[in-house]
Amino acid sequence: MTDTDRAGPRNRLHLPRRHHGPRVTTDQARSRLRSLATGARPSRGQVVAAMLLALLGIALVAQVRSTDEAGLRQLRQAELVALLDNVTGRVDALQQEVVQLEADRLRLQGEQGGEAAAVAAAERLESYAILAGTVPVQGPGVTIYVNDPEGGVTQTMMLDAIQELRDAGAEAIQIGAERVVASTWVGTDAEGRVTLDGAPLVPPYRIVAIGDSHTLAAAMAIPGGFSDSLRGVGATVNVVEDDDLLVDALHPAQEPRYARPVPSAPE
Amino acid sequence: MIPILGLVIGIAIGLVVSPEVPLWLQPYLPIAVIAALDAVFGATRAALEGIFNDRVFVISFLSNVVVAALIVFLGNQLGVGAQLSTGVVVVLGLRIFSNVAAIRRHLLGA
Repeated sequence: MTDTDRAGPRNRLHLPRRHHGPRVTTDQARSRLRSLATGARPSRGQVVAAMLLALLGIALVAQVRSTDEAGLRQLRQAELVALLDNVTGRVDALQQEVVQLEADRLRLQGEQGGEAAAVAAAERLESYAILAGTVPVQGPGVTIYVNDPEGGVTQTMMLDAIQELRDAGAEAIQIGAERVVASTWVGTDAEGRVTLDGAPLVPPYRIVAIGDSHTLAAAMAIPGGFSDSLRGVGATVNVVEDDDLLVDALHPAQEPRYARPVPSAPE
Repeated sequence: MIPILGLVIGIAIGLVVSPEVPLWLQPYLPIAVIAALDAVFGATRAALEGIFNDRVFVISFLSNVVVAALIVFLGNQLGVGAQLSTGVVVVLGLRIFSNVAAIRRHLLGA
């Protein structure tokens, strides 16, 4: 704001015929201020002015109070409409944000679910791969050396061995260079040799089973079981427990040609 | 002195009683207060210049208040209340500024 008193409106009602402010020195002005403060003659005009100022004070305080506590009551219609518009806009924006955030949350949950599913799938894949014999595995277990100089070991005995080992919780079995899996079959070839998945086994046999080594060893030593029956036909059986064995024979995975999974019922 | 006392007393009364502003007065009171403030600053300036006149002060005070309220009322009737109120406040604000500037020059010589 300009602070020249030459500018601005010149029609002040309380200053009749004022061309511009009379030249007032600061001393004059200050002495007049002092006389104002220390008291003037209580004329009627002074009293009326005081009453007017009292009214002004009351109005001032009342207005300040009402502004402080003003809700929407003293706003004009246009202002109210603008305010309502504003609030509505804000509500819209916030609702959009809510929708956005909900979508984000859903997406994240889906991703999390996907991650969990991926982890579960990886674990399942691992156990299936071990079961299918497509990966080499290591762990504690037993190694069974069978020396069969007389060729007395039969297909049934080999089946018994596999059966006993599985019964004792063997998780992976390797006989010779062949991995024993779910589809593994024991047979004999034309020369009377025991075959595993069609591959002939040549003595001495070496059977590696991964599992709890004590349980496996105990299963092999059951009276009238595998070891006994083999010794009965003149073979020697030697079971060695070990904390870290390697089953490195692999069974090539085959796509099933006939079996198909039953489609899961729609939920 | 007495007018200053009056203002102080009025503020005290307002604080103690805390009067409720009647609804019909609500659009006009703020403008009226600013108009009255303009008159007060003008009177202060006149007092410093030694040309203060009670009668002129009272008349200017009342007419300021009434004219300001009338302008706002008219604006409300015409549907430009908000804009006219703003205009009145701006004009009164300018006058208050120039009066305060004059008071400052008189008292501080700058």
